[in-house]
Amino acid sequence: MNNMTEIRWHGRGGQGAKTACLLLADAAFTAGKFVQGFPEYGPERMGAPITAYNRISEERCNIHSNIYNPDYVVVVDETLLHGVDVTAGLNPAGAIVVNTPKAPEEIRPLLRGYAGRVCTVDARSISEKTLGRYFPNTPMLAAIVKVSGVLDEAQFVADMQASFEHKFATKPQVVAGNMAALTMTMKEVREG
Amino acid sequence: MSIRERLSGNEAVATAMKQIDPDVFAAFPITPSTEIPQYFAQYVADGKVGTEFVTVDSEHSSMSACIGAESAGCRAITATSSAGLAYMYEVLYVAASARQPVTLACVNRALTGPININCDHSDSMGARDAGWIQIYAENNQEAYDNYLQAMRIGEHPEVRLPVMICQDGFITSHGVENILLEETEAVKEFVGEYKPENYLLKKENPMAVGAYDVTQYYMEHKVQQAEAMKNAKQVILDVAADFEAKFGRKYGFFEEYQMEDAEYAIVLIGSTAGTCKVAIDKLRAEGHKVGLVKIRVFRPFPAEELAQALSKCKAVAVLDRSEGFNACGGPLGAETRNACYDLENRPKIINIVYGLGGRDCAVEDAEKIYHHLEKIVATGVTGPVYFHMGQRDLREEVL
Repeated sequence: MNNMTEIRWHGRGGQGAKTACLLLADAAFTAGKFVQGFPEYGPERMGAPITAYNRISEERCNIHSNIYNPDYVVVVDETLLHGVDVTAGLNPAGAIVVNTPKAPEEIRPLLRGYAGRVCTVDARSISEKTLGRYFPNTPMLAAIVKVSGVLDEAQFVADMQASFEHKFATKPQVVAGNMAALTMTMKEVREG
Repeated sequence: MSIRERLSGNEAVATAMKQIDPDVFAAFPITPSTEIPQYFAQYVADGKVGTEFVTVDSEHSSMSACIGAESAGCRAITATSSAGLAYMYEVLYVAASARQPVTLACVNRALTGPININCDHSDSMGARDAGWIQIYAENNQEAYDNYLQAMRIGEHPEVRLPVMICQDGFITSHGVENILLEETEAVKEFVGEYKPENYLLKKENPMAVGAYDVTQYYMEHKVQQAEAMKNAKQVILDVAADFEAKFGRKYGFFEEYQMEDAEYAIVLIGSTAGTCKVAIDKLRAEGHKVGLVKIRVFRPFPAEELAQALSKCKAVAVLDRSEGFNACGGPLGAETRNACYDLENRPKIINIVYGLGGRDCAVEDAEKIYHHLEKIVATGVTGPVYFHMGQRDLREEVL
C-alpha cells in the first residue's frame, strides 16, 4: 500500500501520547480516511516510555503489526531522545517532530545521523499559554498534521472544533483554549 | 444502511451487545476485556439497555450466573480473558453439557505464567475441548459481525451450545479502526428473540438442569452433545448466508485469500491474517504462488473443508499462537495435519508457534515463512516440522 502514511509516537506514560494518537485517528477518520490508532502496551506506569502508532490510508489497513519503518515520528518528551532510538527505521523522506523549546539544529545531533526533516515545537509553552496547564497532546497533534500534510489543514481545524465541542460538552470553557493551542502550534512549528 | 464508524474491537463488541440488549450480563473484569463490561455498564446506567447487569466476585461466578440465567430461559452473556477464562474452566463444561447457549466475548490474552497481559491464544485454546463453539476474528469488523451471528448459532434447536467469540487482545481489542455498524433495528431483527423450547421456570413443563447422570445414560448425553457440535456446522453456514443476504459481508468456516492457484499456504487464526495478506500481495506481485487460509471457526473444526482447501498445495505452514507443550506442535497444527491425513496428495506440513505473549509478527516474518516453504519443495527436505518463530534465543532460527 504505497498511499499509506505510518506514524510512530514516543511519549511517557501519563502525557497523553496514546490520546493524541487516537485523536489523530479520529481526525483522519472524519476526513474520510481509513485509519488505525493503537498503543503498544508494556508494563504501563506513569513516566515509563510508551509507543503508539497510526496508519492512515485511502484503503483499509489490513496489516496488524507494529510500525518499524514510519514515515513520521512524534516525540512528546524530549528526554526520551537520550534513551530511546526514536529515529529507528524512520523514512529519510519523512520527518521527526520533537516537543522542545530548542531549535531543530540543536536537536539534530541527538538523532543518530537522521538525514530527514527535523521539526520542533514548544508544546509546553503553547499549552501553558493557551490552556493554563501542561497538556502536550493537542499541540503535538497539530504539529504532526502540519508537518506531515496528511490532512487538509483548514478541514482539520474545522473538524477539531466540532470534535472538541463534542468531547468537552460538559466543560465548554476548554474548547477555546484547545483551539488556540491547535492554531498557535501550526504557526510555531519550526523546521530545520 | 450501514453506519461508518471507527471503534476499537472492545467497543465494537460492546456495541453489538447493546444493540442485542440481552436479558443478563454477568460481569467480572480482566485485562484486556475489561472495557467490554465497562462500556456496557455505561449503557445500563444511561438506560440504553434493559439488561440485568450482575456484578459478581469472580469469573467462576460470572459463568455460573450466566448458566443460571440461561436455565431460567434468559439470554445471558459475559466477557473475559486469560486467567479469567481459566477460572471458569469447570463451569464452561457445565454450560456446554447443560446445553445452555451462553455467549462469551473472549479477548485473547496469554495464560499465565509468567504473567503477561498481551495477546496469544493459549486461553481459549485451553478451553477448546470444553464443548463450546469457538469463532475467531481478524479485526474489529469481524469481531462485531461474529458477535451478531453468535446467538442464532448457539440457540438453534439443533445446536443449543454456548458460543465463544474471540478476538486478539490489544491488537484488535484496543486498536481503533474503521468499521461498518448496522442499524439497531436491523440487528434486533436479524438476531431475533430467544424462545427456548424448555427451561427451568416454564410453568407448563418445568425441568431440572444439572442433575446427576448415571453411567447408564451419561454416555448418551455426551454423544448428543457431540452430535450438536456436528450440527453446528450447517447452522453456522446458514446463519452466515443470512447475514450476507442482510448485511452484505460474507463469512464461512474460514477465509481463503489467493488460494485459487496457491502452491504454498499459511493456515492461521486471528489478526496476523491481515499482516499475512500484505505479504501475499507483495509476493504475488513478484510471481510467487502463495495464499492464506484464515480459520474463523475452530470449534466445530471444519476438517474436510480445510483439507479440500489445502489439497492442491505443495507445502503448508500452520501457525499456532499458543504452545501445545506436547513436544510435537500446537493445537491448530495438530488439527490441520489430522484433517489432511486422508488426502491423496498431502502437502508437506510444518507447524510454527509464534506471537506468544504479544510477540509481534511483521510482514517480513510472513514472507520468510513462504520462502521457507518454497525451499522445502525445491530441496525435497522438510526439516523440522515443529519450531518457534521470532524468539530471543541462542539457538539458530529455522527461518
